Amino acid sequence: MSNIPVDFIDVKKIPQVETQRLRTDEMVLNVGPQHPSTHGVLRLEVVLDGEIVVDVVPHLGYLHRCFEKHTESMSYPQVIPYTDRMDYLASMGNNFGYALTVERLCNIQVSEYVEYIRVIMAELQRVASHLVAVGTYGLDIGAFTPFLYCFRDRELILELFEMTCGARLLYNYIWIGGLSHDIPNEFVPKCREFIKKSRETHKEINNLLTYNKIFIERTANIGILPADVAINAGASGPMLRGSGVKWDLRRDDPYSVYNKFEFDIPVGKGWYGTVGDCFDRHFIRMLEWEQSLNILDQALDSLPERTDVQAAIPKRIKTPVGEVYSRIENPRGELGYYIISNGGANPFRCKVRSPAFVNLSILPIISKGYMVADLIAILGSTDIVLGEVDR
Amino acid sequence: MTPNFLQDWLTKLLGNDAIPIVVVCALPLVFILVYALIAILGEMKISAWMQDRVGPMRTGWKGTFQPFADILKLMQKEDTTPSAVDKFLYNMAPYIVFIGAYAAFAALPFSSAYMGATLNVGIFYIVAISSLAVVGILMAGWASNNKYSLYGAIRSVSQIISYEIPAGLAILCVVMIAGTLDLNQISAIQSGGIQNWFIFGGPFPMEKRLLLLPVMIVLFIIYYITSLAETNRTPFDIAEGESELVAGYHTEYSAMKFAIFFLAEYANMFAVSAVAATLFFGGWQSPFGEVLGGPVWGIMWFVLKSFFFVFVQIWLRWSLPRLRVDQLMSVCWKFLLPFTLVCVVATALIVLNF
Amino acid sequence: MSSPGKYFKDAWSGVWTVLIGMRITISHVFGKKVTRQYPLERYQLPERARNRLYVNMDDCIGCDQCARACPVNCIAIETAKAMPGEDLGVTSGGKKKALWVTKFDIDIAKCCYCSLCVWPCPTECIKMTDVYEFSENNRNNLVYNYITLTPEEAVLHKENADKAAAEAAAKKAAAAAAKPAAPKPAAPAAGAAETK
Repeated sequence: MSNIPVDFIDVKKIPQVETQRLRTDEMVLNVGPQHPSTHGVLRLEVVLDGEIVVDVVPHLGYLHRCFEKHTESMSYPQVIPYTDRMDYLASMGNNFGYALTVERLCNIQVSEYVEYIRVIMAELQRVASHLVAVGTYGLDIGAFTPFLYCFRDRELILELFEMTCGARLLYNYIWIGGLSHDIPNEFVPKCREFIKKSRETHKEINNLLTYNKIFIERTANIGILPADVAINAGASGPMLRGSGVKWDLRRDDPYSVYNKFEFDIPVGKGWYGTVGDCFDRHFIRMLEWEQSLNILDQALDSLPERTDVQAAIPKRIKTPVGEVYSRIENPRGELGYYIISNGGANPFRCKVRSPAFVNLSILPIISKGYMVADLIAILGSTDIVLGEVDR
Repeated sequence: MTPNFLQDWLTKLLGNDAIPIVVVCALPLVFILVYALIAILGEMKISAWMQDRVGPMRTGWKGTFQPFADILKLMQKEDTTPSAVDKFLYNMAPYIVFIGAYAAFAALPFSSAYMGATLNVGIFYIVAISSLAVVGILMAGWASNNKYSLYGAIRSVSQIISYEIPAGLAILCVVMIAGTLDLNQISAIQSGGIQNWFIFGGPFPMEKRLLLLPVMIVLFIIYYITSLAETNRTPFDIAEGESELVAGYHTEYSAMKFAIFFLAEYANMFAVSAVAATLFFGGWQSPFGEVLGGPVWGIMWFVLKSFFFVFVQIWLRWSLPRLRVDQLMSVCWKFLLPFTLVCVVATALIVLNF
Repeated sequence: MSSPGKYFKDAWSGVWTVLIGMRITISHVFGKKVTRQYPLERYQLPERARNRLYVNMDDCIGCDQCARACPVNCIAIETAKAMPGEDLGVTSGGKKKALWVTKFDIDIAKCCYCSLCVWPCPTECIKMTDVYEFSENNRNNLVYNYITLTPEEAVLHKENADKAAAEAAAKKAAAAAAKPAAPKPAAPAAGAAETK
């Protein structure tokens, strides 16, 4: 962290602390690993001066399951169930990224129909993941009800997924060269029903949570991430866009058929506070939810002719010797897969650039000088999933 | 019908002096216990309905036996005492908190024929004695020997004593209008039907009533907000904020002692709702004037009104996020207090000139 | 920054947004509830649902494709070659079976329900069903044994196969040893025999 050009907030200059002439000791508080609002097993060692956070040291590794080592002993198609389990709240994205990477390595082309289905699944997954993010963020702030409304909607998405591939959370659906199943006939009408219902829930959650004065007070002007710090630290996804940087891989490094759809990239504007605060990140997730629904509408309207979704899947994956890095826009940010192949049946090395890991590393920078309750709000706005952080 | 009616009648019946006093004191306790069961079930069911769920359905008919199951579970739990706690304070704390909540019931006018203790300084006594809970909370937080509990307790204490000021001033305004501190008298003044309740201006001539109406509405809202803070309910439940401090000052308590904290919170909720109902909505007065009025029906009206305000407290809990502790303080000192002071001046002017 | 206008606007927006939130929650009290009273009402799983595995042993030809495809190695298969006269029957597709399957264990606790074993099966005998209520009290009960042979039969077939394999190996060794006894051809051929 020391070579990132950042103005650390000098704790003693903060108005609340400056006037103290009493000698106060700093207290070390352990938040986690078992705690209701660290989103998974995360241990935060927080050094506090009264209520003000002086330093935060995240301790990771409680959920490390040696994913990258496992990939070295499995064939390329067998890795896909393992990729599911990294970011378990957005599994389609993980499958998608891996499949895209191996397809780039082996130069496999898939039909347009398959690409459209992949985009539909990825966008549905984006909505599902943002629903969890928004719901649990409300829970961290203290609002219990939006969480259940979000999960009620998420049930509809999981039913759609179950109807297509048989599983609700860990799909193993997007394969190298195609998909495992074609969408059933009931998928398109049910998906349209879901889109209609979801637009209503979007308005409801906005009224209940986003525009609520107490929520705004809790999240505006908290955890401000300046744009240059975000870029230097490698942030991506809503963390980066919340700071005003208009960077979205679906637009700036397009993959699959995203260049055929029209959608906005919401960027943080400091609606109720400063640009880059927690409210911006939360509101961007709400806006991205709406944009994903727009993409879904367009994709369902312009679905091409049905083809065999398993047509391009090779019988045996023959990878040339070489390496490839490919990235997609996960709901959390830029998910990248770097695969080195030595021509064998197993990947020689598969390294994952996980967005939640990089976003979590920004936490110590942006939470200095705020209070403990704000620390929870900031952690919630980074939207981490420990499965992805630790792999 | 004096408020002493029940005690006098029992004394005449039994000839004894002690037993009627015990009965009169124990009646609110029995009421609290029964009410707590209803309130626990109500909270579970209402919160479930608001969240598109159905709540407990398996115990009893549609889950009505759930509070009994919960109480039984709490009673048979192992009462663990961590070894590093301050034993005396740790054991005393739940009871002090409960006493603070329970003692307020002495001055609540359940009906024109029953009041726990005929105090002519009723409301003043209630405000004073509910501060006893603050001592209990501090004891609980300190004795638990736990950083989280201490944080929770200190936040809770600062919150309660800050919000007592706008609460007291709001009550003061009503007392100014009513001219008495006795809650029974305040209820009695608001007789004659719903239009004579203080929230709609009171039983006064038209000009006074029109001037009082906005002041009373503002005062009621202020008093209701401060009552949420007094009872540590969302949006002011920073002391027991589950997502930050696990459970705040009652983290280390288990079984019966936790049940007593729980009971004390619900009793406190009822007490402040009852005060709001009495001061602004007529207490044991029926909204139809003399129809369904009288001492026996008065109990029903009183309890119904208080239950309604308890329901609104539950409703607010499940609709709103939590305020951070410094925002809580700024709401109290920067928003509620100035509005309350303006209302005090306005009330004084109205009372003096009309 | 803190002008009187902002002060009153803040106070008013505080009260107003709270009231809007309250209206949303109270409208849900009178709305439809989404809870399903499991176990009295069960959700009908779609036909592609991936839950407990089922193997139809009549169709299994012992090809080991499912065990090789499994990413967590939870399928253990052992087969024994059938003796020349034995008739194992045919699969439902008409194919004649040639291997006794003497062990087919799936550790359903290890299984990650990815369905990678279902795709390579040539006779489609391994399937994922919609059974999801199969919890056990003892972890060993979660290792499912699918073979339809009795243990004695399995041992018998295995012994027969081992004996036949040993005899074949012995015959081959005898043939290889008998080869040098025959007249040696020219040097390249001898070189070829050595490298064999």
